[in-house]
Amino acid sequence: MTDNRFTNRSELIGILVLAVFLVVILPLCLDVFRLNLVAKYLTYAFVALGLVICWGYGGILSLGQGVFFGLGGYCMAMFLKLEASSVENTKIQSTPGIPDFMDWNQITSLPLFWQPFHSLTFTIAAVILVPGLFALVIGAAMFKRRVGGTYFAIITQAVAAILTILIVGQQGYTGGINGMTDLRTLKGWDIRPDHAKVVLYFFEVGLLFICILIAQFIRHSKLGRILVAMRDQEDRVRFSGYSVANFKIFAFCVGAIFAAIGGAMFALQVGFMSPSFVGIVPSIEMVIYTAVGGRLSILGAVYGTMLVNFAKTSLSESFPELWLFGLGGLFIAVVLAFPNGLAGIWQDHVQPRIDRLISSRKPKSESGWTDNSVADGAPAE
Amino acid sequence: MFGDYSIGDLGSIFVMQGFAGLILFSVYVLMALGLAIIFGQMGVINMAHGEFMILGAYVTWMTSNLFQSYLPGLFSGYFFLAMILAFLASGALGMLVEWVLIRHLYKRPLDTLLATWGLSLMLQQAYRSIFGAREVGVELPQWMLGSLKVTDSIEVPINGVFVMGLTVLITIVVAYVMYKSRWGRQVRAVVQNRIMAGAVGINTAKVDRLTFALGCGIAGVAGSAFTMIGSTGPTSGQLYIVDTFLVVVFGGAASLLGTIASAFSISQTQSTLEFFTSGSMAKVLTLLAVVGILMLRPQGLFALKVRK
Amino acid sequence: MSDEPNKGLQSPLRRQLLMGAAALPLISMLPRPSFGAGPATSVVNTTGLAVTDTEVTVGILHSATGTMAISETGSIQAEKLAIEQINAAGGVLGRKIKFIQEDGASDWPTFAEKAKKLLVNDKVAAIMGCWTSASRKAVLPVVEQYNGMLYYPTFYEGLEQSKNVIYTGQEATQQILAGLNWIAKEKGAKSFFFIGSDYIWPRTSNKIARKHVENVLKGKVVGEEYYALGSTQFNSVINKIKLTKPDVIFTDVVGGSNVAFYKQLKAAGVDLSKQALLTISVTEDEIDGIGGENIAGAYACMKYFQSLDNANNKAFVPAFKKLWGEKTVIGDVTQAGYLGPWLWKLTCEKAGSFDVDKIAAASPGIEFKEAPEGYVRIHENHHLWSKTRVGRAKLDGQFELIFETADLIEPDPFPKGYQ
Repeated sequence: MTDNRFTNRSELIGILVLAVFLVVILPLCLDVFRLNLVAKYLTYAFVALGLVICWGYGGILSLGQGVFFGLGGYCMAMFLKLEASSVENTKIQSTPGIPDFMDWNQITSLPLFWQPFHSLTFTIAAVILVPGLFALVIGAAMFKRRVGGTYFAIITQAVAAILTILIVGQQGYTGGINGMTDLRTLKGWDIRPDHAKVVLYFFEVGLLFICILIAQFIRHSKLGRILVAMRDQEDRVRFSGYSVANFKIFAFCVGAIFAAIGGAMFALQVGFMSPSFVGIVPSIEMVIYTAVGGRLSILGAVYGTMLVNFAKTSLSESFPELWLFGLGGLFIAVVLAFPNGLAGIWQDHVQPRIDRLISSRKPKSESGWTDNSVADGAPAE
Repeated sequence: MFGDYSIGDLGSIFVMQGFAGLILFSVYVLMALGLAIIFGQMGVINMAHGEFMILGAYVTWMTSNLFQSYLPGLFSGYFFLAMILAFLASGALGMLVEWVLIRHLYKRPLDTLLATWGLSLMLQQAYRSIFGAREVGVELPQWMLGSLKVTDSIEVPINGVFVMGLTVLITIVVAYVMYKSRWGRQVRAVVQNRIMAGAVGINTAKVDRLTFALGCGIAGVAGSAFTMIGSTGPTSGQLYIVDTFLVVVFGGAASLLGTIASAFSISQTQSTLEFFTSGSMAKVLTLLAVVGILMLRPQGLFALKVRK
Repeated sequence: MSDEPNKGLQSPLRRQLLMGAAALPLISMLPRPSFGAGPATSVVNTTGLAVTDTEVTVGILHSATGTMAISETGSIQAEKLAIEQINAAGGVLGRKIKFIQEDGASDWPTFAEKAKKLLVNDKVAAIMGCWTSASRKAVLPVVEQYNGMLYYPTFYEGLEQSKNVIYTGQEATQQILAGLNWIAKEKGAKSFFFIGSDYIWPRTSNKIARKHVENVLKGKVVGEEYYALGSTQFNSVINKIKLTKPDVIFTDVVGGSNVAFYKQLKAAGVDLSKQALLTISVTEDEIDGIGGENIAGAYACMKYFQSLDNANNKAFVPAFKKLWGEKTVIGDVTQAGYLGPWLWKLTCEKAGSFDVDKIAAASPGIEFKEAPEGYVRIHENHHLWSKTRVGRAKLDGQFELIFETADLIEPDPFPKGYQ
C-alpha cells in the first residue's frame, strides 16, 4: 500500500466507533462503580497501545512494561502523596508533614529526591521523562549491541524484578510492598468522590485518543513502515543504510512513555500505586492484553485490554477459585488459534461480510482497520 | 565490618559462606539444566518451568505420604524412588504439553512464552484445586537431617551435601546424554539444521518431544530435591523462573558449561553479598551485575552467537 | 466511653447475650430457627444496607488465589463457621446472615476494588476480611470513604486506628512485649538476633522489639536482617547467627519463607531445644508446611493456640474440624477471624441496628465471653483487649502453652516510647 495519509476512511470509522463507545455508550449504560472499573482497565490500554508500536510493529517484545507503568504511576503518586501528607493531615505522626510510611520507617525529613514532587509541572514532566530516559538507556545499551528477541524479553523481565525488589526493599522512601496508599487530592481537588471519577474518566479517554492518534501517525509515517520492514527483514533494512538500533530505541521509548501515562492515570483513578504493578506478572499480563486485541491493531489493543480485564473481573466475581483456568486458557487459545487476536477475527470473519454487503452496492472497498501490508506478514517475533 | 570477628571466625565465615553459596549453586544448576536444554537447544521459552518443578515436589510429597502410611519400614529410602517418580511425572506432563501445545509454536518462539505462561496459570490453579492452597511440608528421613560437624565452628548440612551430590550426578548424566549418546547427537543435529536433520532420517518431531520431556523431567527432579530446603505450594514455582532464565542467558544459552559457570558465579556473588549487606540488597546487586554484564556482553559467558 | 466490663451493656440485652452464649453448645440440638421475627427493617437499617426482613448480607474478602491463599484460607473457613453458628442460633436481630465472598487474589488493588464492590454494589453491612497489612492499607481508604465496617483478623503492626475497622488480632506491642519480657526472665536472655520478611509488619515489630530490648530489658540486638517475601535462601543469615551466638533468635518471617528458614536452620545444626528462638509469625498453619520436626522447641508468642485448654476452645475446635475436616489446624489468625462475625453480631444487638455509625459507636465495651481464646473485649480504639501467650512447638505441630499473661493486655496502637 502506498497510502501515505494519516489515516484512511475505515480506520477513521473505527476510531469514531470507539469514541462513541467510550464517550457516550459506556457512561450512559454503566453506574459510576463500573465506569470506574472501565477507567482502570483503560489505564492498561495505554500500555497495550505502546506494545502495539514496539512489539507489533517494531518486533521488540518487552516483558518489562510494568516498569514504565510503575515509574509513571509512582511519579504521580509521589506528588499526590505529598499533597495528602500536609502537616494537619499527619499531625498524629512523630514527624508531621512527611508521608506516613516515612514516619513509620523513622525517616525524619523529606528525602531530597522527593522535594521536586511538590510541583505539579515537574511531576508531569517526570511522568514522561523518567520512564522515557530509562527506556532510552536500556534500549541504547541493548539495541546498539543488536540484542533482540528472546534475550531482550528476558532482560526486561530481570529489570522488572530488580525494580520490584528495590521498591519493596527501600520502603522508607517508596512505601514498600504496601505502596503509596490513601491519595486524596490533586491541587486541592478531591479525586475520591464519584463525580471526580467521572471527570477523570473523560480526561483519561481524551488522553487515550491522543495516544491513539500518535500511534496512527507513527504507523502511517515512513517511520512506521521502516519499523515493519525491520521487524520482517532486519538485515535488509540495515543494508539499505538505516540505523536499525535507533528505530528500535525510538519504538521502545514510545511504548515506555505510553505505559507511563497509563501508570500516572492509574494513580489518579485508583488512588494508589503499589509494586504489584511493576513486577513480572503484571508485565506479562499487559502483553497478553495486546495479544488478545491483536498485536498489529491499535484499536484492537484497547478492545483487548477491556475484554481481558472484564473477563477477569466477572470470572473472579462468579468463580473466584476457577478464574485462573479461564485466564490461562484464554492465553493459550489466543496464541494457538488466533495469533492476530480480536483484530484478526474481525478481519478474517466479520470484515469480509461487511465488505460483501457494501460491495454489492459499491464496486470497491477499502482495507480493514489493520494495514494489509502488515496483516499479510508473518506474526512478529 | 570485620572488627567483631576473630581470625578463626573469619575463616569459618568464608568456609561456611562458600558452602552456602555452593548449595545455592546446586539449586540454580538443577533448575537451570532443564531450562538450558529446552531454551538453549530448542529455543522454546518455557514460562511454566517452575510449575513442572513444583509437580516434582508434589510427587515427592505424595510418595512420602504413601511410604509413611503403607511402608514405614522403607521410609528412609523413599526419597530415591520419589525422585524417579518425579522425573517420570514431570517428563510425561512435558511430553503431553509438547504434543498439545509447543509443537505448533516452534516457528514463533515469543509465542511459546505467552502460551506457556497461560499454561503456568492453569497448572497453578490445578495444584491449588488438587492439593489445596496451603503449603505442604515433606517429611525427610532421619538420615537426611542435621549436619556434619567439621570443626567447632564449621558445620555442613547433610541435605546440602546430598543436593550437591545429586547435582553433580545429574549434570554428568545430562552431559553424557547430550554429548556422547546417539540421541544427544540427534538433538544437536536438529538444533543446528532441522531440515537437513530430517533429510538424513532423524525423526525431528520425536526428538523434539523427547528433548522437551527430558528438560521437564529434570525440572521435576529439581523440584524433588527442592523439598529438602524450600517449601511446596501452588505458586512456589513462579518465584524461581526469572532467576533461572537469567542463569541460562548469562551462561550463554546453548552451552551446558556456560550454564554451570554462570550458576556458580551468580550464586557465589549473591551469597557473599548476603553476608555483608542485607538479603534483598544482595539480590538487587546480583541481578544488576548480571544485567549490566549482559548489556556489555550480550552473548553471555560462553556462547556461540546471539546476534540476529 | 470506658472499658469497664459490662458498663456499656444494658441489662436486658446482656441477659440476651448470656442466654445466646449458654445456648452455644446446644446449637446442634436446636430446631431449625425461623427468621423474620426481629425488629422492622426500617428501624434497624436507616442507611440503605442490604438488609431485608429475613436476611442481612455481609462480605467476606480474602485471597482464595495467589500467594496469600495459603494463609487466608483459614480465616475464610473460620468466618464461614461463625456465620453458620450464628445463623443456627437465630441470626442477628432476627435475620439470617448471608455472605458474599470475594477474592482479593493476593493483589492489593484487587482488594480495594472488591471492597468497593461489596460496599457500593452489594451494600453489605460489614466486611470480614483482609489479611496482609498491604491489603488492609489498600482497603482502608475505601471503607472510610463509603463508610463500611471492616473486621480485620491478623496480628499487625499498629500505627493505625479507624472508626470503620475493628482489629480482632493483636497490635504489635500487645503481642511482642509480654513475650520478650518472659524470655528475658526465663532464659536470662541479653542478646537478640532479629530476622524478618521485608515489609512493614516485621520492620515495625522489630523496631518495637529493639526499643524494648535496649531500653527496658537492657539487652543488645546483635543483628537485624530482612529477606524479600518468598525468599528461600537463609544460609547466610544462619551463618551470621552461628557467629554472633545470640541468646535469642527473634523471627517474623512470613509465608513460604518460613519453611525454607526452619528447614535450613535445622540442617545447619541449630538445635532449637538449646538455642532459644521466639517467633511471632509461626502459627499452627505455618507448622503444617514447615513440619513439626523442623521447628519443635521453638517458642511462639501470640494470643491463641489450638491446644488451649478452656471450655470455649473445646467446643470451637471440634466444630471447626467437623466443618472443614479432621486434618485442618487452627492458628492465631484463624481464631481471630472467627471472632469477627460474633463481635459484629453482638454489636448489632447492642446497637439495635445494622447502621455502620451506630455499630462503630457501640463497639467499645462489647465483650465476647465465648471466644476460643478466652474472653475478649473491644477497646475504645477498636482493638481487642486480650491475653498474650507463649507456646512451645511440639513434634506433632501443636503448641504447648507455657506462659500466659495474668491480665488482659491493653491494645496500644500508637505506643509512646516505641516509635
